[in-house]
Amino acid sequence: MDLRRTMLFIPGNNPSMLQNGGVFGADSVILDVEDAVAPGEKDAARLLVAHALRNVDYGRSETVVRINTLDTFGKEDIRAIVPCEPDLLLIPKVETCADIKEALSLVIEAEQPGQKPVNLVALLETPRGIAEAYNIAQADKRVVAIALGAEDYTAALGANRTKAGTEIFTARTIVVNAAAAAGIQSIDTPFTDANDEEGLLEDTIVAKQLGFKGKLSINPRQIDVIHSVFNPTAHDIDWAEQVIEAIRRAEAEGSGVASLNGKMVDAPVVNRAERILHLARMLGMVKEAE
Amino acid sequence: MKNVIGRDIPDYIEEYGRVVPFAGAFNTLPTMQRQAPRVKTIRPGATKLIDSLEEVFKRIPVTDGMTLSFHHHFRNGDGVVNMVLATAAKLGIKNLKVALSSIFPVHAPLIDHIKNGVVTALDTNYMSGPVAQAVSRGIMDKPVVLRTHGGRARAIECGQLKIDVAFIAAPAADDYGNINGVQGTAACGSLGYAFPDAQYAEHVVAVTDYLVEYPLSPVSIPQTRVDYVVKVESVGDPKGIVSGTTRITKDPVGLKIADTAARVIQAAGLIKDGFSFQTGAGGASLATAHFVRQMMEQKGVTGSFALGGITGFMVEMLEKGLFRKLMDVQGFDLEAVRSIGSNPNHLEVGADFYASPYNSGCAVNKLDVVILGATEIDTGFNVNVVTGSDGVIMGGSGGHADAAAGAKVTIVVANLLRGRLPIIVDKVLTVTTPGETIDVLVTERGVAVNPRREDLKQELLAAGLPVKDINELKALAEKIAGIPQSLTTKNKIVAVVEYRDGTIIDVVRQVED
Repeated sequence: MDLRRTMLFIPGNNPSMLQNGGVFGADSVILDVEDAVAPGEKDAARLLVAHALRNVDYGRSETVVRINTLDTFGKEDIRAIVPCEPDLLLIPKVETCADIKEALSLVIEAEQPGQKPVNLVALLETPRGIAEAYNIAQADKRVVAIALGAEDYTAALGANRTKAGTEIFTARTIVVNAAAAAGIQSIDTPFTDANDEEGLLEDTIVAKQLGFKGKLSINPRQIDVIHSVFNPTAHDIDWAEQVIEAIRRAEAEGSGVASLNGKMVDAPVVNRAERILHLARMLGMVKEAE
Repeated sequence: MKNVIGRDIPDYIEEYGRVVPFAGAFNTLPTMQRQAPRVKTIRPGATKLIDSLEEVFKRIPVTDGMTLSFHHHFRNGDGVVNMVLATAAKLGIKNLKVALSSIFPVHAPLIDHIKNGVVTALDTNYMSGPVAQAVSRGIMDKPVVLRTHGGRARAIECGQLKIDVAFIAAPAADDYGNINGVQGTAACGSLGYAFPDAQYAEHVVAVTDYLVEYPLSPVSIPQTRVDYVVKVESVGDPKGIVSGTTRITKDPVGLKIADTAARVIQAAGLIKDGFSFQTGAGGASLATAHFVRQMMEQKGVTGSFALGGITGFMVEMLEKGLFRKLMDVQGFDLEAVRSIGSNPNHLEVGADFYASPYNSGCAVNKLDVVILGATEIDTGFNVNVVTGSDGVIMGGSGGHADAAAGAKVTIVVANLLRGRLPIIVDKVLTVTTPGETIDVLVTERGVAVNPRREDLKQELLAAGLPVKDINELKALAEKIAGIPQSLTTKNKIVAVVEYRDGTIIDVVRQVED
């Protein structure tokens, strides 16, 4: 399981931000040559991002490039970016399984012999994309996550975007379910008011509750808040450890049924506990399993 | 000769005199008596109110070769220095020494006074703008004396900077010479940097545009030390004096650094009742206060005092009960002015009280933590805040070296890369603050601890902070930006950098054209 609690957008035409992108502790940095960059500056940004990928140390942040759509500058982006070995490409406005297959064939074509395969994240930001979410999620094993882009999506619906987010409730649950069905990660839409820390916290809590594994982020200041929601709490870890202990005890006693505080511990409960402990271990919140 | 930190300085500097080399932050002890100005008297009924600066010049009288002093509380809105020097020029006075606690772009007319021989010496704690650039290019024969805020107070009190006439820009005054900084259109808050001048100058002149009926209240500088009061049209431009509100930076890198600095303070175990703190008003420094405040609120800690230059942010912390007192030597914004004028827990302190090393105790000695900036820092933790990457003077110690020496933990916050230049070098161009008084460097890519503070290093490591060797951080910066070419300067010494105790820590040489 890769950690993608936060995927931070960095404008691909901002040298200082490109240089510093790795210092904020985001799980992924998304070097953006799509929405952040005006059409007249696409070439310059593509060049900058390519250089950044080759020369900047992004520390423990995974590198992602959001390319343009394939009908605009996306093909050139793939040709220039893929050989620089980003970990992932974020493909915008994906609507069908065919979109993924087309992008993937271009990616494979651009890959240099011996280079690490570049995986994909599909950004779903149209009603069609949401409707096709599961097909997109399972289009290829290189698709490691699907993400929701709610701004374009609600514009296409003709719905007002609100902080409460009732207008994207359905899209969110579809994305989460499609990803889970395909066995990949689901990433939530960004919270766009960088100055509203309370709002971000509430929005992230909702996302986690619905089952998202992470959230897109448009400002480094959002990272700590988002992490605080997706990180397991001390209480979670405590519970998970007790579950695992109960299972061990039951096994040792040769009993087929384990229970904790009077509740039966069955396979889904164990899975959840194991997921929490795995995350906690990745974050250094508990010592490695004995 | 080389001083104790290996800076090459002459034994004798033309137009400055014999050099006493820096010997360590606390190794040079005072052996002198305090300065004692001539005793004055004034008969009942005599007036101090004079019509014009010209008349004051004649009464004193101001003559060739005198030292005139000024404070910098009006910053880039100051009108008094230019007014006084224009008067001197008009009266044909030459060879003056200007002891102005900080020099700003607004003081550009000084350049002509220097060219015309009206002013031949400068004594200051900070300079930026055209005068600093002209000095760097060698406009003066005498080297400028760059001091610290505490060092200037010391030099005045110990008779090493003898002031003939102190012209004190007064936001409000009465006709008998009582002065405060909290009333009038040029209200600037604390007048702390003018306190030593008022105490030790031979003559003291209040220059005001806001004359109130006797007696003025509150009183910052008392009538007992003021000889003349001059009413002028305007003492300065309020827009350049204080800012409206001082805001926390939104720069994500600055915030990252500030957040890390606050964690350093927490890891050192200092966020507890009685905590005392100083920070600057700029970028990452003020943002550190923001994160420290969150920690104090979370733990329910009541601090003792915040010190130094005071902003509205500190005022809010005082009013919310996070600090019991503010000790204010200089206010930065309108909130600081409002608060010092109305809150008895917001104390006005003089530069000597704040930071002089040669008295029976200054406030920086009581600091737990100070957050400071740097234009360069070297692998020995020596800090430069005087010269820029081009060798041109663009600042000065101010209270930097004083607070660094006094605080239990001194933290320098800086971007590892400033523009395209690494902040860490093998040897800074100019040392302002010796490495022995700097404990921690916080950058966006890691924290370096002075090897003298192994105890602190262990605490930071235990708290999971990204501690790295300073050489490792330097290598990291150089990997990104390359190694900058070292700067060559001319031989002429344009400024001597005095440590707070009056020893010479470094010199600034003329830049190439």
